[in-house]
Amino acid sequence: MNLLWLIPAAPLLGFLILFLSQGRLSKPVVAVVGAGSVTVAAVLTFMVGLGFTQSGESAYSQHLWTWIDVGGFSPAIILYLDGLSLVMIGVITGVGALIHIYAAGYMIDESDYSRFFAYMNLFVFAMLMLVLGDNLLVLYLGWEGVGLCSYLLIGYFHEDPANGYAARKAFVVTRIGDTAMALGMFLLFRELGTLEIQSLLQNANATWAGGSPVCTLAALLILGGAVGKSAQLPLQTWLPDAMAGPTPVSALIHAATMVTAGVYLIARLHDLYLLSDFAQFAVAVVGVISLFIASFAALCQSDLKRILAYSTMSQIGYMFLALGVGAWSAAIFHLMTHAFFKALLFLTAGTVIKALHHEQDIFKMGGLYKRMPLAFACMLIGSAALSALPLTSGWFSKDLILLQSWDYAHQGPFFWSIAAAAAFLTSLYSVRMIYIVFFGDAKTEAHDQSGIAMNAPLVILATLALVGGMFGFAAVAPVLPDGGIDGGDHYNTLFWVTTAIPLVGIIFGYMLFSGRLSGIASLLESGFALSLKRYFATGWGFDALYDLVLVSPFKKLSVILKPELVDGIYNAVVIVARGFNRYLSNGENGSLRWYAMNMAAGLVLVLLFIVGVL
Amino acid sequence: MLLTLILCLLCGGFIAWLVGLFKPDMARWVSLVVLSLAGFLVADIWLGGLLPNGVIEGQAGLWYNIVNLTWIPRFGISLLLAVDGLSLMLIALTVFLGIVAVVSSWSQVDYRHGFFQFNILWTLAGVVGVFSALDLFLFFVFWEVMLIPMYFLIAIWGHEDRAYASMKFFLFTQVSGLLLLVSILVLAFVHYDSSGVLSFSYFDLLNTSMSSDLAFWLMLGFFVAFVVKLPGVPLHTWLPDAHTQAPTAGSVILAGILLKTGAYGLIRFVVPLFPEAAMEFRWPAMLLGAISVVYGGYLAYAQTDFKRLVAYSSISHMGFVLLGVFAWNAIALQGAVMQMVAHGFSTAALFMLAGALQERLHTRDLDQMGGIWMQAPRMGAVALFFIVASLGMPGLGNFVGEFMVLIGIFSVDVPLTVAAALGLVVAAVYGLSLMQRAFQGQRKVEGDVADFGARELSVMLVMMLALVYLGVYPQPLFDMAAPVVQHLLGGAAL
Repeated sequence: MNLLWLIPAAPLLGFLILFLSQGRLSKPVVAVVGAGSVTVAAVLTFMVGLGFTQSGESAYSQHLWTWIDVGGFSPAIILYLDGLSLVMIGVITGVGALIHIYAAGYMIDESDYSRFFAYMNLFVFAMLMLVLGDNLLVLYLGWEGVGLCSYLLIGYFHEDPANGYAARKAFVVTRIGDTAMALGMFLLFRELGTLEIQSLLQNANATWAGGSPVCTLAALLILGGAVGKSAQLPLQTWLPDAMAGPTPVSALIHAATMVTAGVYLIARLHDLYLLSDFAQFAVAVVGVISLFIASFAALCQSDLKRILAYSTMSQIGYMFLALGVGAWSAAIFHLMTHAFFKALLFLTAGTVIKALHHEQDIFKMGGLYKRMPLAFACMLIGSAALSALPLTSGWFSKDLILLQSWDYAHQGPFFWSIAAAAAFLTSLYSVRMIYIVFFGDAKTEAHDQSGIAMNAPLVILATLALVGGMFGFAAVAPVLPDGGIDGGDHYNTLFWVTTAIPLVGIIFGYMLFSGRLSGIASLLESGFALSLKRYFATGWGFDALYDLVLVSPFKKLSVILKPELVDGIYNAVVIVARGFNRYLSNGENGSLRWYAMNMAAGLVLVLLFIVGVL
Repeated sequence: MLLTLILCLLCGGFIAWLVGLFKPDMARWVSLVVLSLAGFLVADIWLGGLLPNGVIEGQAGLWYNIVNLTWIPRFGISLLLAVDGLSLMLIALTVFLGIVAVVSSWSQVDYRHGFFQFNILWTLAGVVGVFSALDLFLFFVFWEVMLIPMYFLIAIWGHEDRAYASMKFFLFTQVSGLLLLVSILVLAFVHYDSSGVLSFSYFDLLNTSMSSDLAFWLMLGFFVAFVVKLPGVPLHTWLPDAHTQAPTAGSVILAGILLKTGAYGLIRFVVPLFPEAAMEFRWPAMLLGAISVVYGGYLAYAQTDFKRLVAYSSISHMGFVLLGVFAWNAIALQGAVMQMVAHGFSTAALFMLAGALQERLHTRDLDQMGGIWMQAPRMGAVALFFIVASLGMPGLGNFVGEFMVLIGIFSVDVPLTVAAALGLVVAAVYGLSLMQRAFQGQRKVEGDVADFGARELSVMLVMMLALVYLGVYPQPLFDMAAPVVQHLLGGAAL
């Protein structure tokens, strides 16, 4: 366990080597350093995890150094390992290493190979600090660090201004959430006198037992940070655009790890939410709205990666719902299984996109199931897990969430029914994606360029996506307090209904997309349905709304303010002074008559003054 | 030792001027040698450690070095120079950024080399004097010594609009200087009235008894003089013009150091001399700080001129300092000190970068830049680093400063904290838009753009390391400022 600090240190070292070499290393060396450092971290994580479970301790912390110590504000760099952070670092380094290996093959043609891996390693380092930090300030360091890397990697192809725009959008939108979170931290520090997470939670339980408006406010501000990072309503708009980054980036950052940081944050601080019923309810509401909106949006996309992006948003919505209804372990469990199957889906999409010469429009694909059998199999497995087909990993975690949301004290069945409807939509858009991409006529010639580096991670992830659910919950269950399922009779029906929904969705989807339901299909081609589709495709118009309400007023006002209105006052002083100057210097004109007249006038004035008239 | 340091810079200025008359290219080397020498002197003071017993009663363990010579005894004016942890770190920053300034304008000056170096060294001498003078009259003298050479730097070697900018700079600083002088004189006379001793010594004037009305107006006099320098909105309009038009060395010194004299004045004089009046004025002062943070950041976004954008970002960042000073608790005050040092590095680097781009592209207009990363990747990486630093990325010094200011003021005033925190969002907007417009997107500049060479890169690397160090292990800096902060807070509890 003493090796804990080496886990984040390994990718940091990789980053430093790649950054300082400034692109002078050859590509194989870059791949070894870049993917190697994360693989080393994964091996270390395995060793540390083994040692930790065998030790039987509930938590282990490693003090590195005191960051700041001023006037009672003394955050220290302490790494804190417990079941929750162990699951997280396992996912980060494990899935991270697979994605790095895949990327070593995927990115091989790029000239700026080294810069890519430098950013990726920095990301893994920051993400590890985020989940290992025992202090909210250290967590915030990782939090902002992953945001920066996300920005850098979305804008990796920086020649295209659109990518730069997407990158800035991601950073700025999440920064709005981060600022709320920072304010929450200020509040917590003022009220509880520390930012160290464990003692903060103890103090919170002692101070706010029975609830308090301050606690609710703090929890809501922290939730602001979480929705920004995890692309939930109302700060979700950056995620679809973030797909401008290379596909391995989407897999690592925008599916498996960073976007789930919000889920981790709330789980880590769950005591605060247990103290505030309202804040926890807000988490559930955010989750359920996000998952509903995002699954409709996913159904209407034509860009393969954007389908997956909206799908991610919707799956994280499930995690938020789980957190909100108090199914803490289920949320983390779904986080883990989602990391497996969504990373798999993104990487498979990457293989397909690369084979089609960077074509991302699904309507220009088609007929790929024979040409790319591995990709087809992987996409099938990934989608099955995503739709929660029985015995896949997604089924274990998602059913747990659905069942527990039924029991939620505030309108549980209502939450359940929305989540169940979205589960139906999930299987529907999965079928649509597979049907359009892999069946029908081939519209673009495919050249499969995937080597072993790209295929091996796919196979491993596919295995995890299939069986990861069976052993996974054992790892997650003891981490967080959980009501669990009480095993009442009503679960029997509920269980079968919940399990059947995706199956119905798949059958319906298959019949619809293969043209067997012509009635419904023609209904979907009507004018109203089409405009509704367009509306959903834009992600329910949030971009346009924010543009209208925030972005364009911001830009317009900046143009108005640019000439510095304050300067007018100072310039007025200058103008007045110049005027006097002109008046007085005009007086000095060498004309004798003018001088005589002025002397006389002055004399009269002085006399009048003396006499007392003035 | 302190006197030697200042004389070293003053004499060095003359030598550089003289050498420049005969061998123009040698003048900059003279500057480098003089500044290195000054660096050794600072290091010597630093390593000498704290004086065991303060020459001034009750202040043991506070001062590193004190010089006290009679100058004009008749008026109670003496050559009283002293440095504590705060002034020493600012002096060290001054000497270091002096070297950066000389290096950054290494090949950018093409006439009157000697006089250029003279002005740089004299400005720096003035700044060092300001940071160490504890006789208020002497302080004022140095205040002027640092401004006039800076005026020349802008007026002679500035860019296209230099006449307007330098005159504006001069007028703003002179008017505020006059206000400062009047306030100093009145304070000294009030002290004379009550105690019968005419003295300009800081320590004598510290506990002057006066009516609260008078204290308020005097405080306001000092405050305005220093806030013009800081600068705080709405007294800031000289700064964008001056920074934009100044030669690179001028911008580096202006933004990196001169602005800090305003903050230093607030910490050293305004609050300790007039504690009650400052307390009364606390909220308006913090409001100005919060406005500066948001307004400065917003206007930075509106700019299309690289240097002007960075200049406005300085206004935003110095707003945090104003907030931190008037929050007057240890966390916020230490945050303000950290912000001063970190901003010194990050903004000096950005101005140096702007200067380097202007030297290569002959424009500062962001609309004419774009895609420079492809032509000059090292420049792009350096720019990215400092932009990221200035938007407050944890792990770098600026974050520590801003975060501590914010957490410190939160317990004082919540709405102002919220307003200032918006500055973090705005900083991301203008910072990343600068990165985009200059370095990313399509190439707009034809041909080659020479990347950073070893000379520029090494200076940048030192500043990068400094910011990382301040970001991950800032404690030595806090420890150095801690006695000062403790003393100030003990003496003047807002």
